[in-house]
Amino acid sequence: MTSQNTILFDIDPELSGRMSQSGGLKTAALKLGVLATAPLVIAAASTAAFGAELPEKIRDVLNFALTLEYLEDEFYRTALASDKLIPSETRATFELIGKHEAAHVEVLKGALGEHAVKKPEFDYTAKGAFADVFSNYKTFLAVSQAFEDTGVRAYKGQAIRLKSSDEILTVALQIHSVEARHAAEVRLIRGQPAWIISNSRGDMPEATQAVYNGEAEFEQGGADIKDLGGLSVDALSGAFDEPLSKGKVLAIVKPFIKAA
Amino acid sequence: MTESRTVSQAHAPAEKTSEGFGRRRFLAWSSTALLGAIAFGGKLPGLGIEQALAQTPGGAAMGKAVDLGEGDVGILNYAYALEQLEAAFYTQVTKTPYANMASADTAILTAIRDHEIAHRDFFKAALKKNAIPALDVDFTKIDFNSRDSVLTTAKTFEDLGVAAYNGAGQLLEKGEYLLLAGKIVSVEARHATAIRYLIGMKGTASAKAGNSGTTTGSGNGGNNNVFDDADAVNDKGLDRAQKPSEVLATAGPFIKTPITADDIG
Repeated sequence: MTSQNTILFDIDPELSGRMSQSGGLKTAALKLGVLATAPLVIAAASTAAFGAELPEKIRDVLNFALTLEYLEDEFYRTALASDKLIPSETRATFELIGKHEAAHVEVLKGALGEHAVKKPEFDYTAKGAFADVFSNYKTFLAVSQAFEDTGVRAYKGQAIRLKSSDEILTVALQIHSVEARHAAEVRLIRGQPAWIISNSRGDMPEATQAVYNGEAEFEQGGADIKDLGGLSVDALSGAFDEPLSKGKVLAIVKPFIKAA
Repeated sequence: MTESRTVSQAHAPAEKTSEGFGRRRFLAWSSTALLGAIAFGGKLPGLGIEQALAQTPGGAAMGKAVDLGEGDVGILNYAYALEQLEAAFYTQVTKTPYANMASADTAILTAIRDHEIAHRDFFKAALKKNAIPALDVDFTKIDFNSRDSVLTTAKTFEDLGVAAYNGAGQLLEKGEYLLLAGKIVSVEARHATAIRYLIGMKGTASAKAGNSGTTTGSGNGGNNNVFDDADAVNDKGLDRAQKPSEVLATAGPFIKTPITADDIG
């Protein structure tokens, strides 16, 4: 079944697109009633658009995203349960961020159904690079910023692969901008600008540099933007966030994932 | 669209609390800006935007609304219109700062202004001859001398921008434009958070958090609700995604030039 659907998709992506549009989120929501939750709606929309199975290409993207959301979700759960780690002033902020990440896990699992990857075992010290991540607030904040800024770049890099499904693309975009809100929150808590300037990691540990490489991009849409409006290089680079390929994201998170 | 709240309900800009200085300064600015703006008058079908027949400096109203166009050009013009609105807003905010503007406020609002100008000028350059003209804005409901009014409006605009790009993604044909929208929308979301940070600080903190921010340590200003974004992000952890018609209905009161967007989403 899987292979058949994948083949159909490869042969006629436009058909999938049309099915997606006519199947639609509204129809799915109506079938489920007004109390339907987002995971159910997206799951039903997936079914309406693609039959029982999501195309493999979309499944791969969603499983990649799910892995990142598992990483963040457990990270904040563990941090919030760690004694004397998160001070009272920012506790509400991290509780809300954690709540969002848990919800993202549910949304993606709902869309993937039985195809959802299992949660890996994580090592948040990244093999010792962040040994005191759950006992030193500053280390925790640095890892948090790295995860959030990486998450933004990861979703951005995958959006184009979701174009065949309006519903799934839109949900991914709705998650993407929330990750950007989180990233900005953590950056401001750390006393950093809310946005990424050039490819600077600011005062982040050197081990996080890969999160920021490639952010100093002055060609947008095939045009050189350096002459725009007489703006500073900092302003121009801050105005555009850059994507990261799946491979580069996986290289960044690999130290945090224990070998199976 | 999975989000049913409307931005206008959630973030009605604060009513102007006093007549006077802020408005007069705005009007002075507006008439200057108008010299460079192309003003149009006309109907705005279906968008519920108050019809305003903008007057050119010579006093003559033109008879045609600005049409965004269709397809990807229409969507890019839609983004260009919103970026024009944001850039004009922050330009005015930094030109006529509210009383006792803290350094953190100045740094963040100036940096955001520059980002919005970059976005605006980028779209103008990318659209070339297909670009809509410069729009005439209407900021009479904003009190630029009031921190509350400015920051509440900023939050509205940033959240609206996020919702607009999120909703427009599925309308774009070319993957290249989808990526571009993605590069911009996350910066708008960062802005939305930075504005909430300022609102949470209540003007007391002095963290240097703008473009040249190099300070270390907590800039949290001691307010544990600084980053409460529950008014923008639903309980499924999803941001808004709105159709152009919904977005333009919210943006409409701030744009004097009538816009038609019949051929996009």
